[in-house]
Formats: sequence, C-alpha cells, structure tokens
Amino acid sequence: MAIPISYNIRNLKLRKGLTIMTALGIALTVTTAIFLMALLAGLRRAFVSSGNPQNVLVLRKGSEAELSGGFDAALFPTLKVLPGIAKDSHGDPMVSGEWVVVIVLPRKDGTGEVNVTVRGMMPDGLELRPSAKLIEGRWFQTGQREVVVSKSIRSRFSHANIGDTMEFGKGSWKVVGVFDAGGSAYESEIWCDVNQMASDFDRQGGYSSAYLRATDAIAADALKNRVSDDQRLKLEGVLETDYYAKQTSSGAPIKYIGIVVAIIMAIGSSFAAMNTMYAAVAYRGREIATLRVLGFSRPSILTSFVLESLMLALLGAVAGILLMLPFNGMQTGTSNAVTFSEVVFSLQITWEVAAAAIGFALIMGLFGGLAPAWHAARQNILTALRG
Amino acid sequence: MTLSSFVVRNTFRNKRRSLLTMLSISFSLLLLTLMMSIWRTFYIDQGPPDSVKRIITRDRVSLAFFLPAYYREKIRSVPGVEAVVPMTYFGNVYKDDRSTNSFAQVVTDPDEYPKVAADKIVPPDQLLAWQRDRTGAMVDIELAKKFGWKIGDRLTLQSPYFPVHPEVTIRAIYTIDPPVRSLIFNTKYLEESVDWFKGQAGWYLIQVSSPRDVAPVSKAIDEMFQNAPQRTKTESQQAFQLSFVSSLGNVKAFILGICGAVVFTILLVSGNTMAMSIRARTREVAVLKTLGFTRQRVLSMFVGESIALSVAGGVLGVLGATLLIRLLTHSSVAIGVPAGMRVTVPTMLASLLVAATVGFISGCLPAYNASRTNIVEGLRHIG
Repeated sequence: MAIPISYNIRNLKLRKGLTIMTALGIALTVTTAIFLMALLAGLRRAFVSSGNPQNVLVLRKGSEAELSGGFDAALFPTLKVLPGIAKDSHGDPMVSGEWVVVIVLPRKDGTGEVNVTVRGMMPDGLELRPSAKLIEGRWFQTGQREVVVSKSIRSRFSHANIGDTMEFGKGSWKVVGVFDAGGSAYESEIWCDVNQMASDFDRQGGYSSAYLRATDAIAADALKNRVSDDQRLKLEGVLETDYYAKQTSSGAPIKYIGIVVAIIMAIGSSFAAMNTMYAAVAYRGREIATLRVLGFSRPSILTSFVLESLMLALLGAVAGILLMLPFNGMQTGTSNAVTFSEVVFSLQITWEVAAAAIGFALIMGLFGGLAPAWHAARQNILTALRG
Repeated sequence: MTLSSFVVRNTFRNKRRSLLTMLSISFSLLLLTLMMSIWRTFYIDQGPPDSVKRIITRDRVSLAFFLPAYYREKIRSVPGVEAVVPMTYFGNVYKDDRSTNSFAQVVTDPDEYPKVAADKIVPPDQLLAWQRDRTGAMVDIELAKKFGWKIGDRLTLQSPYFPVHPEVTIRAIYTIDPPVRSLIFNTKYLEESVDWFKGQAGWYLIQVSSPRDVAPVSKAIDEMFQNAPQRTKTESQQAFQLSFVSSLGNVKAFILGICGAVVFTILLVSGNTMAMSIRARTREVAVLKTLGFTRQRVLSMFVGESIALSVAGGVLGVLGATLLIRLLTHSSVAIGVPAGMRVTVPTMLASLLVAATVGFISGCLPAYNASRTNIVEGLRHIG
C-alpha cells in the first residue's frame, strides 16, 4: 500500500524554512540552466526562422557564405529564366540579386563597435522575405540612398531612427523605415537598394548572392540542383533554410560553457538536497517506524521519501522558472561565425526550455532523495521506535 | 578543551551532514574559482611582459579580410614601431578533423619574426636553419612532444581556407611559457602555391619601443589608413585576444551573473545546514549556558563552526578548480581554453575569503537564535 502524497506535502509544509531554503537552492541552479537554454533556444530560433523553405540562395561555387561569394552580373539573366521560379506581383520571375557587406557601427551604450550586415537588394528582395514586416516609415526606394533598419538595430545603435542619416560606403544614407523580422537573422541587418550600394563599395557588375523563389518546396529542391548542376554558371544553390541552420553553430561556445556550469551547479545542489532529505529522515525516525508498524512496506516508504524529494525539486524548478520569466525576450548579440557580423537574438523561455528545466530539477531531486530514502526504508523498527 | 577544538569536534560530529555540506559548498566554490580565473585571464592578466609591447593591425571589419602587403612598410614608417611582420592564419586542422589533433598554423616572415617574438626561445642554429629553408617550419616544444616530432621531420599540412597541401620540414623548435602550441612557416612558401594570396597578409604583428607607445602608435596607424582602400583596426595583443571573447556576447555580465548565483547558493546551503545542526542541539546549548557559557561565547562557537565548514568546502573547491584548470590547459581536447589560464594565489585567497564571509553570514542568524534560547525551555526541548 502506498503512503498518500498528502503526507509528504504536510511534511514539507511543517518544516517551512528548510523546504524554502532547499527549494531556493535548487531554483538558483535551475535559473542558471534556464538562462543558458533560453539563450540557445533564442539563437536557434534566430537562424531556423530565417529561411523560407521556398527560397533558393545562389552563391559562387565553393563559397560558404554570402560575404565570401561574388559572381558576375552577366550570369543573372540566365538565373532569372530557370524553370520553377515563382512570379512576383508584377508577373516577373521573383528573383533578387544582392550585395552583402559588413560595416562597423558604434554601440549606443558606448561599449565598443559591432559588425553589422548591410544587404543591398532588388525590389523583389522584399517580396522574397514576407516574414519581415514594416512597422514604421516606408521601404527604401530604388535608386535612392535610403535604408531601412531592423527594430533591434534601431534600439542598439545610435543614428538609426527614421530621419537620421548613417555614414557608410561613400556617403550618407537616410533611414526611412524600420522593419520587424520576428527574431530571425534578418533582425541584425540593414537593407537598401543593391545598385546604390554596389556603386558605393565599387562592386558594380556583380552580386554576392542571388535569391530565387521557387513555386513550392519540391520545386525549390529541383531549382537548387538545377543551379548547382549547370556547368555554364559555376554557381551553387542552397536552400535558404539549410544555409541558416548551418550557422547555428555560432552558439557552440555558449553551449559548452553552459553544460559545464550547469553540471557543476547541479552536483552541488544535489548534495544540498541530499542533506535536507537526510535531516528529514532523521527527524522522522520514530514516525517512519510507526508507519512500518501500521503495515506500510519498505518499498512504499522508499517511494514516499523519493517522492518528497522530487516534490522539493519540482518546487525549486517552478520557482526558478518564475524567477527567470521577467528576462524572457531580453535581447543580446553574439558574433556569427559565418557572416562575421553580430547576430541579435533574444532569450526564449519556450515550453521545451521549461520542460527541460523541470526534468533537470527532477534529476537533482532523484539523486538527492534516493540515498536518504533508502536509509529511511532500511531502519530497524524497534530501535527507531525507542529513539 | 579549548574553544577551537570544541568547534572542530562539533563540526564533524554529524559526519554525513558535514561532508554533504562541504561537498555542496565545494562544487559551488569550484565554479566561483573557475569564473574568477576566467575573469582574471581575460580582463586583468597583462600576459607575458613582452606582449605589452606588441600591437596588432587588422582589417577594421573582420580578420577574414586580408590586408595588402604594402601596408607593412607604411606601418614601419610610424615613429615608435620597431618591427612589423605579416601574419596569416593558415588553419588548425592536422591529419583529420578530430579536435584532439588540432593546433594553430600560421605563416609569417621568418627573417623579422624573432624581433616581435623574443619570448619564443629558439636555439640560434635552429633559427638560422628555419630562416634559410623556405619550406621550413618552427613548432612549439609541447606540440613536438605530443606528436613525437624531431628536427628534420616532414609534415603535410591542409587548410580549410587555402586549396593547397604544403609539405613543410621542421627546422626549429621553440619554447615559451605558457605554451602556445602553434606551427609557424614561411608566408612566401604559401604565396608561391596560392596565386590569389600573393601580396596579402591576414594581420600585422608589430613591436613598439615601449609600452607607453602602444596607444599613440595604434592611433597613428589607424589614422594613416583612414582613407586607404581598407581601413584598419589596431589594438594591443591583449585587446586583440579579448575581441574573440567579446564577440561571444556580454561575457562580463554572464560571468558576474553566474558568480552571483553561486554565492547565493552557498549562502543558502550553508545557512540551511547550520539551522539544522543548531536545532538538533537546542538542549546542548541550554546545558552550555547552565555551565556558565555566555551568550557571546555560544554565538561565536556556532559562527566558528559555520565558517570552518565553509572554508573546508572552499579549500576543496579551490583545489578542484586548480586541478580542473590544469587539466583543461594541458589537454588537447579543450580547444580555446587560454594556455595562460591558471588559478593564482590571490584568486585562491579571494575564493576562500568568499567562503569565510558566506560562512559567517549564514551562521549568524541561527547562532543568534540559539544563543537567545531560554535555558529552561531549552533543557525541556525534545529534539
């Protein structure tokens, strides 16, 4: 027969101070783990949500990134008439030849300079990226020295408000709009007209990359292969989603540091939980013996104490998640290993992160509770009753 | 029985509890020591004395963009510059993709390189042999030991950035503390085999006359290239290395956050244990007081116990951290751990001080409560 859970709950309530302190200790460990997991989740989201499965990115053969690419503009008409490309709002093939450069901008808070990606695109570039929504002002106009900036660029750098001018290339550019890229990698970019930009950086007659919109996801795959297999082009097609998924590796250092820190803290917290549970067992020696006399078996005593430890850990996990919730959505940046520019992402406490945190806490509770529960179940009834 | 021996005996009365508390505290302090050591390596450590006279000029945007070769002579013309060498990162892959085999391979100009790297100690005859052989390479002694290389051995290198497989001959073996585990070979050799690389360099390593020149020379170099086709960024070697760290995000806040969480955790753990241990001894306190121990005496006894526990945990943690860091810096698996990272005596003392302070604070409240117990009630207490 199992011991009712309410028995454990009452016990936890009875020694409030001890319960709260131990749970808080677990909560802090959980907080650290959540922080790291939320960082990684945010980073993953920035990259995974960036690509559109119907978009094919075209790069020079052998080049791994847009920045190190570059091909002759004369190839562009050939790309444009490839079969399988969707039509844009004017009934023309939806393609955009683009130039990507990295510029250096000073941070608003004065903590140094950061690399930012500037992307010059054709008008279709905007249609190719429906996930980017204009939230203020208007899009840049072809042939004008105008830029639109992402929401996070506006908040992180000075001179990035509508009406401001930015200095890069051969002169100043007017900020005319702000867009929201929904946490994707575009959130770290500045967009403008490709021809204006190419002339500013002396790159006329070429593109660093091209984007093609396929009619559907299957056509995208075929289009990708068609580009790569065409001997005349010497270009390579990649699905945009694959391109960004690869960049998630930028988070590797955070991941490794995070794992080490979380494990060390978890071991420490397990010991603390073990201590509390041992004390709980010690206080209740006579009670446990009484339970045994009443007919509760050893396994049920063992289960009961492990459950109590798990509840303690759960309490800690919930407290930890609550402690971290105010930080949800907090923005930070890290250097993108592929584009050399900063990628902005936010802390994302997703359901997966919360579930992982609870699992992590339960493991600590299990480790902390097993030995004391074993100890409790094996106590000699007579000595315990006398004690 | 003296007060201190009384405290020590009480500390280890409940062995299991003390051990668990100590272990718990020690893991937290291990992390704290680790974080402090990282902080010291990144932000406080000035590096070896020679490195304070070294500055690095690179492309303003990214190391991924090479600088033209003619920048070298222009940099040399800046007053205060003693020597300039071109440096380019060739790669870090050796034999296969396994990270255990990975080490840095760079190309430079062997003739002038010794002037900017005087802290790399090389036998003069080996240095000469390296400078004379265009396909020669110089390697770190630790690296040579690891792979069992000798002078005269031939290696085939590969690179993720250059489409060539140069064969180099080991001509010199250098010693430096801390080890840098790199292989250096001639930039001309690479230029010969890679056409588009001709007349370029990844960055320039510059030796200035005195540490005072670092700031003005850096500024002068960047100003000189203000309107050049490629603008530059010049900074001290220390800052250059730090830029890799800061690209990871707000590392300072990150470390401080972890340290804060750790200290708070120890406070909870230690306070918890003391509360448990003092509660179990309520009757004993009453007996002590009956015997004539003053409140202050009882208070200091319990606080002493709390400090002793924390410091014992602290010692374990500091030892653990020292061991862990030594393991990391000497292992070839952990790439990116700075070889200069070590737990210094001030760091150790700081960790122990944190432990003692936390022990003191966490012991105060439960001990104060204990010292205030009413003797009669205490004696009646069934615990």
